[in-house]
Amino acid sequence: MFPFSFEWIWDMSHMVFHGGLWYALSIIGMGMTYCIIKAAYDSAKGKGGHHGHGHH
Amino acid sequence: MDSVLIPKGVERCSIGKFALFIAVVGAVLLWGVVAMLLIYIKGLNQTNMNNAYGFALWIWADLAVIALGGGAFFTGLLRYIIGKDELKHIINYAVLIGFVCYSSALLILAIDVGQPLRAWFIFWHANVHSMLTEVAFCLTCYFGVLTIEYLPMVFENRQIDRVPFFHHLGHNMHATMAIFAATGAFLSFFHQGSLGGVTGVMFGRPFGYRTGLLIWPWTFFLYTWSAAAVGPCFTIFITRITEAVTRKKLVKDNVVDLLAKIAGWMLLTYIIAKIIDTWYWAAVTAPAAGFTLMDFYSNNPGSAYGLWILIAEIGLCGVVPAIMLVTPNIRRRPAALFVAVTLAVIGACLNRWVMVLQVQAVPVLSFETWFTYFPSWQEIATTILPVAYGIILIALSYRYLPIFPQEQELNPIEGGK
Amino acid sequence: MDQPNFKKFGMVIDLDKCTGCGACMVACMAENNVAFREDETDKMLSISWMRIYRLTNGKAFPNSEECFLPRPCQQCEGHHGHSPCVSVCPATATDYDMKTGIVSQIPTRCFGCRYCMASCPYHVRQFNWWDPVWPEGMERSLNPNVSVRMRGIVEKCCFCFHRYQAAMDQAYVEGRRDLEEHEYQTACTQACPAGAIVFGDLNNPGHAVHQLAQPDPDREGRPRNPKAFRLLERLGTNPKVYYLTGRDWVRKAGDNEVKKS
Repeated sequence: MFPFSFEWIWDMSHMVFHGGLWYALSIIGMGMTYCIIKAAYDSAKGKGGHHGHGHH
Repeated sequence: MDSVLIPKGVERCSIGKFALFIAVVGAVLLWGVVAMLLIYIKGLNQTNMNNAYGFALWIWADLAVIALGGGAFFTGLLRYIIGKDELKHIINYAVLIGFVCYSSALLILAIDVGQPLRAWFIFWHANVHSMLTEVAFCLTCYFGVLTIEYLPMVFENRQIDRVPFFHHLGHNMHATMAIFAATGAFLSFFHQGSLGGVTGVMFGRPFGYRTGLLIWPWTFFLYTWSAAAVGPCFTIFITRITEAVTRKKLVKDNVVDLLAKIAGWMLLTYIIAKIIDTWYWAAVTAPAAGFTLMDFYSNNPGSAYGLWILIAEIGLCGVVPAIMLVTPNIRRRPAALFVAVTLAVIGACLNRWVMVLQVQAVPVLSFETWFTYFPSWQEIATTILPVAYGIILIALSYRYLPIFPQEQELNPIEGGK
Repeated sequence: MDQPNFKKFGMVIDLDKCTGCGACMVACMAENNVAFREDETDKMLSISWMRIYRLTNGKAFPNSEECFLPRPCQQCEGHHGHSPCVSVCPATATDYDMKTGIVSQIPTRCFGCRYCMASCPYHVRQFNWWDPVWPEGMERSLNPNVSVRMRGIVEKCCFCFHRYQAAMDQAYVEGRRDLEEHEYQTACTQACPAGAIVFGDLNNPGHAVHQLAQPDPDREGRPRNPKAFRLLERLGTNPKVYYLTGRDWVRKAGDNEVKKS
């Protein structure tokens, strides 16, 4: 799973597989980090809207 | 009693009735949990699997449930990436169904492996060449994406929404949902396909083996395609059942019609590709290994695999629902639509059954005979367990979360609030 | 092509000599600490790394013939080390060793997904449906060189790899790297009273297996000896177990063929 695992080889299959995997995980991670930090910031600033507004 | 939790502007049955419903389903769930504990304590000898049937009911259930959960990624792709805006009225339910399906798959997998405590080895000691590795990673990541897609619905619960942090978090996640939907579609393409690849790469099993493109057997693409086709059919299927149980219309006809039309064209193109693949396999690939098509079907004493299963999968549950769904006059009749989506769902289940169970049943060595299998009650109970769990989660979500944006409009309350 | 010092340990089994006595099966179980249950009636659940099949030509008396076929793990090489089972294991719990040609199994890493069992056309891979229970006192006679397996994992014949390790250790102590033919032999080979099983290095022209099978390195090991065949040759598994027979019907039973009408 990581380069320090003993069966890791720096070959094309590993690069393609892990490249894709970590790319997808990074996007999800960054997206959620942004959402959580912005939510904390917005609620700290006391922005309104406690009642459920219309769905998108 | 729980009216503060129920979304505004909609009616729900009494808490007593609801509790009774949950209790009945809960009893089935409990039966499944007992079976699960038996398996964990005593081991896989509680099943009817044997050395010829390494893959059995559970693996079929996994593959089937993931195919049916494909509505989540495909509807998300259609709504957020391709821009079919009307689908916003059904995407919530598609995501919920997907969440139930994928969590069920993970639950069944956790019961199925011989050493569940070592399950993390698939991540830590990953063999990048194995299709199952690809499945495990993408499935887990995609389950994370589904959780991210489901959470905003939970945050929209009347009481949870009052907490500013959750309110803003839900709002922000809605705003960025296209990114998650795109990532989800990317992950789904690969794990849906890899599940097809699981059987397709087995060059020691001529029944399942397919040639393909580069490292991907044709079954890889066929599985993704069929999941995209049948997933929305399952979403419509469950929506109709929910409407029957709640005795309410929950989604407008034009939304269901659009989804059914797209599913129909996906199904039609899929079944044409499937027919071509089946022909090529029967005419070229299998004979190269020394088998004719009929070696796999007739004259198998004791087993259930006659040619009927191929005709059922491709004909009755493939071509027929595809034609029904692409024909507007048929698709717009409620009864016909329900029949069509049911047949499509059965077709995907049959396809997964054939590629898991029949592969194991067919003897490869000329001096072996057909192998038979019937699941034990523990296997059946643990397969029904996620269905019961799914019903409970859907019931709770329907009761307390605004899953259906059009529900209020379609079911105005007299003297309403 | 293999490196010059790469070995390819294989077996040649003479089906015209095998009597079906089962000594190879017993020796294998004893050597490799194979678990067994009190009631072994259900063969589909029992573990036997070496299994003897009984073949018949399907004809009525007086033309009926039978043949006993011992089947260990075929140690398939596939194409360039891609055995059907090795390429599918998600946890790298089985591996093809290019230096010996043996498909290894790591019991402590296998988590029992059974994908390898589904892939193997020869059914050599068996599952531990139960934990092993040794009769009173038997645990003292287990082979200390072979790890016992707990429930929930797959196991198979590994050509008594522990004997290879012991022989290499001995050779190293004596200051050499090569093994004589007799120094590494599997338990089943040594147990066979009819001498039907021969084991050795297929790459070594001096070894009996090479002389009997005459594997063609340019055709993925296909035997040049017309009396020799491998099971399911058409699938491309490239196995290392060769069978010898003078009987046509036995050779035909070793593979599937589309009958031309």
